[in-house]
Amino acid sequence: MSKLTTLKKAVSEFVTDGDIVYAAGFTHLIPFAAGHEIIRQGKKNLILARATPDLIYDQMVAAGCAKKVIFSYMGNPGVGSLRIVRSAIERGELEWEEYSHFGMITRLQAGASGLPFLPMNQTGGEDLEKVNPNIKRIPDPYGGKDVIVVPALNPDVAIVHVQRADKNGNAHLWGIIGEQKEAAFAAKKVILTAEEIVDESVIRSDPNRTMIPGIVVSAVCHVPFASHPSYSQGYYDRDNEFYLAWDKISESKELTQQYLDEWVYSVKDRNAYWKKLGEKTHKRLKVKAQYSEKINYGKY
Amino acid sequence: MPELKYSSAELMIINASRLLRDGDVVFVGVGQPNLACNLAKRTHAPNLVMIYEAGVIGAEPARLPLSIGDPTLVSGALSVVSMYDIFANYLQRGNVDVGFMGGAQIDKYGNINATVIGGYDTPKVRLPGSGGSQEIAAWANRCYIMTPHQKRRFPEKVEFMTSAGFIEGKGAREARGLRGGGMLAVVTDIGVLEPDDSGEMMLTALHTGRTAEEAKANTGWNLKIAEHVKTTEQVTKKELKILREELDPTGIYLKGAA
Repeated sequence: MSKLTTLKKAVSEFVTDGDIVYAAGFTHLIPFAAGHEIIRQGKKNLILARATPDLIYDQMVAAGCAKKVIFSYMGNPGVGSLRIVRSAIERGELEWEEYSHFGMITRLQAGASGLPFLPMNQTGGEDLEKVNPNIKRIPDPYGGKDVIVVPALNPDVAIVHVQRADKNGNAHLWGIIGEQKEAAFAAKKVILTAEEIVDESVIRSDPNRTMIPGIVVSAVCHVPFASHPSYSQGYYDRDNEFYLAWDKISESKELTQQYLDEWVYSVKDRNAYWKKLGEKTHKRLKVKAQYSEKINYGKY
Repeated sequence: MPELKYSSAELMIINASRLLRDGDVVFVGVGQPNLACNLAKRTHAPNLVMIYEAGVIGAEPARLPLSIGDPTLVSGALSVVSMYDIFANYLQRGNVDVGFMGGAQIDKYGNINATVIGGYDTPKVRLPGSGGSQEIAAWANRCYIMTPHQKRRFPEKVEFMTSAGFIEGKGAREARGLRGGGMLAVVTDIGVLEPDDSGEMMLTALHTGRTAEEAKANTGWNLKIAEHVKTTEQVTKKELKILREELDPTGIYLKGAA
């Protein structure tokens, strides 16, 4: 059954105030278009989970969508501080819950596997354990050293951007695959945005590349350039200039509000946003093709 | 021959690159560690396998990566895996030789704070947090860090232990079953600190022209000085040329100290 819909409808139907939202993607395929749509729709009191909150959560926190963040590395990647989330935490205006990357990803893996928790080896970095009661230690039932356990994370909704998907939500993604698969399986609902909507036969031509099956997907939205200023491997480059610019914008409340007004509230959708970026930016982010060798699945 | 001029960042990067051995599997961070690893690969360690936290194995970046997930890391890499796999199969399982650390503070026992200055619940300065640091520190065979030698960065005890060095000293890592060897070298703009038998970081080498007194004055604990303090090898023209012309031609990470 086709799950194709607009991002506006998908966000309206599947994101509810107070939800735990996981916008997936480790620096790659970050679903900015969906983040902006959530801001436009004025969603509130969200619990925003992501290993790296990145600019997408900085913007959503600035817009007043969040009551809490769950994270494992809070920075502007390659630039420095993630100013808005950081200052909201420093001022005591935003709740937070923190893990190491492995702790965070293990929570998702447990959630994706339907387990209540999963163990990890001890790291000796014990102060996080003291301040986060979700991180516990239990004896190894087989007689080894104690192990650290973290509870499953089952977001109400995961948002995953992919290079291509069919109308049923079977999705190919490649490049850095971060935690997209785990987030999709862990979540109760999944909104998929895709650079391209392709025929099911394209997906079936390369089944090993299907990281997310349509059976876990709630909505499929055709949103080209959805991850700018992040990137989609092979489609467009990461906009480092914008990551640097955000460092300045996010220093000032006025500039941040101006940014949100101009680039989120005043644009109808991603298509309008991309047009507004202009040809110079499009050209700067263009990438030359570099194809993989074909593989032979065989005809049986 | 005229004396070579270089920044303290260049001095640290070059000395850190010399710690890598040919064939090492190294967990790389962006910025200065990335330059140190790529420099080693272009000089004495051509068989270095670079792993990036984003899940990229055997990366051969064609341009300077500006973030840990730069797409240049992916094109032409040996393998790309999920975050769960990189931390479980590669780090936790013990397939990583070297980890490069970062952090705001490092203490007497090589423990790192990358989380917070001030109280955790009432932070004075909220830092980015662990990221992959906690696991790299525990499970890479050898850990290294580059940091400018300043008293505020070298407290006797970190305010928050994000990542373990030798924790409270001898035997502490073993008691917890940590598989890696811990913090084995701290490269600063003054010299190099290495752990003694108890896990206490002590001064073992100085860069040309720097003194043990300077190192002591810029350390927050009573820094032990090794009996025979070495002088680090001179920076070479070739190393500087690779850094400046091939790896970071616009000098993003080569200027200044940090």
